[in-house]
Amino acid sequence: MCLGVPGRVIRVEGTMALVDFFGVSRQVRLELVDEPVSPGDYILNHVGYAIRRIPETDIEGTLAMYEQLLREAESDLMAADVQGELRGTRL
Amino acid sequence: MSDAGVLELKFRDTARAAQLSAALARTVQEIGRAPVSVMHVCGSHEQAIARFGLRTNFPRDLDVIMGPGCPVCITDQPEVDEAVALARQGIRIATYGDMVRVPGSAASLADAQADGARVDVVYSIDQAIALARESDEPFVFFGTGFETTAVATAAAILAGVPPNFSVLSAHKYIPPVMEIVAEMPDSRIEGFVAAGHAATITGWGVFEAFVRRHGIPVVVAGFEPLDILAALARLVELIRDRQATVENMFPRCVTRAGNVVAQRQLWEVFAPIGGRWRGIAHIPNGNLRLRDDWAHVDARRRFSIDLHALWDSAPSLLAQQCVCGDIMSGLKNPSECALFGAECIPDSPVGACMVSSEGTCRIWHEYGIARRSA
Repeated sequence: MCLGVPGRVIRVEGTMALVDFFGVSRQVRLELVDEPVSPGDYILNHVGYAIRRIPETDIEGTLAMYEQLLREAESDLMAADVQGELRGTRL
Repeated sequence: MSDAGVLELKFRDTARAAQLSAALARTVQEIGRAPVSVMHVCGSHEQAIARFGLRTNFPRDLDVIMGPGCPVCITDQPEVDEAVALARQGIRIATYGDMVRVPGSAASLADAQADGARVDVVYSIDQAIALARESDEPFVFFGTGFETTAVATAAAILAGVPPNFSVLSAHKYIPPVMEIVAEMPDSRIEGFVAAGHAATITGWGVFEAFVRRHGIPVVVAGFEPLDILAALARLVELIRDRQATVENMFPRCVTRAGNVVAQRQLWEVFAPIGGRWRGIAHIPNGNLRLRDDWAHVDARRRFSIDLHALWDSAPSLLAQQCVCGDIMSGLKNPSECALFGAECIPDSPVGACMVSSEGTCRIWHEYGIARRSA
């Protein structure tokens, strides 16, 4: 539950954002994030909340591992936890 | 497969990985003692180390131990008992997945469910609130996890929950347990790797007092294989140089102050209180309980939780042999447990560390790190 998952903000409406997680769009809550979030920004989602806006320069390095994990079947423990993080967001 | 091929599977920058591995080996050799023992406190770190086979890149004389980093595992039996008792009293319970199978003193939520209690698995508190809104019946969210999930519980409470919704908090706060583990008389820990995402919330500054008090360095690490290798390489340098400082090797997510917005919400809703962590010790300020202002949301204050019925049952003989506590304190590893991989397997776990996807035993079993010799 500590891993979180990064995604790209598509739209912001009040305290909710529509976020693209590797091709899956989900709603994420913004009450906990400490910087303004706009479309195009990357955030780190944790149990349905954005807890960090990821600086633009660091996005590539952050995404690489998740891309690999999300290609894995859910039978992999770590991949299953990342999938669980996505399930914590709203449809 | 060639060494280069193996490196490529694990690391996005193989040249950097090779350089870091070499530096790590060199520094451990320069320390000239064996083993050099360091501890990380995060199930996701152990998953990454095991999943990507990083221990094969670590020098033989470096012992990288997982400490109390699995929130499910350190939830104490009496806390599970409270959830089980509430469920058996007819109250609907929602909690994060692995919590359902974690044994209390005598039963788990799964046992209560088998007896007819209603238990829902959720992936976020938001989902629990949505379920509660579907009816007027009392509904309790059994909230577990460290800073990263506790802030979500706090934010959800502050945003407003329906009147039939309460929280049974088993949330825990990591920094105090590092103090206790560092002070254990048998502790061999010479440095800590702090979990990057928990530190995203608390900031790395939270470890400065610890480092001053214990003279043990702390390095904050991310979760990429390369992040972990870089953090360990830096940590052993600090050990070699007897430099007890905090270093942030995860600047893309962690600042010194941390996420102040999230911290404000965390401490508005929760107060730190001492409590037991399963199998480890009483941890002063290690538990998070709801403040008096939120008594109307606190399951412990809204319901009379009757634990008597559970006291009639004793833990199984097998459970009494479980060494989860020693494993989480860094005193033993899973292959030193007689039950590991034999009586205790993921399908029929004896201890909490084999239940959770973030538990040391489950991770080692899953990735075949150590097998009990038959």
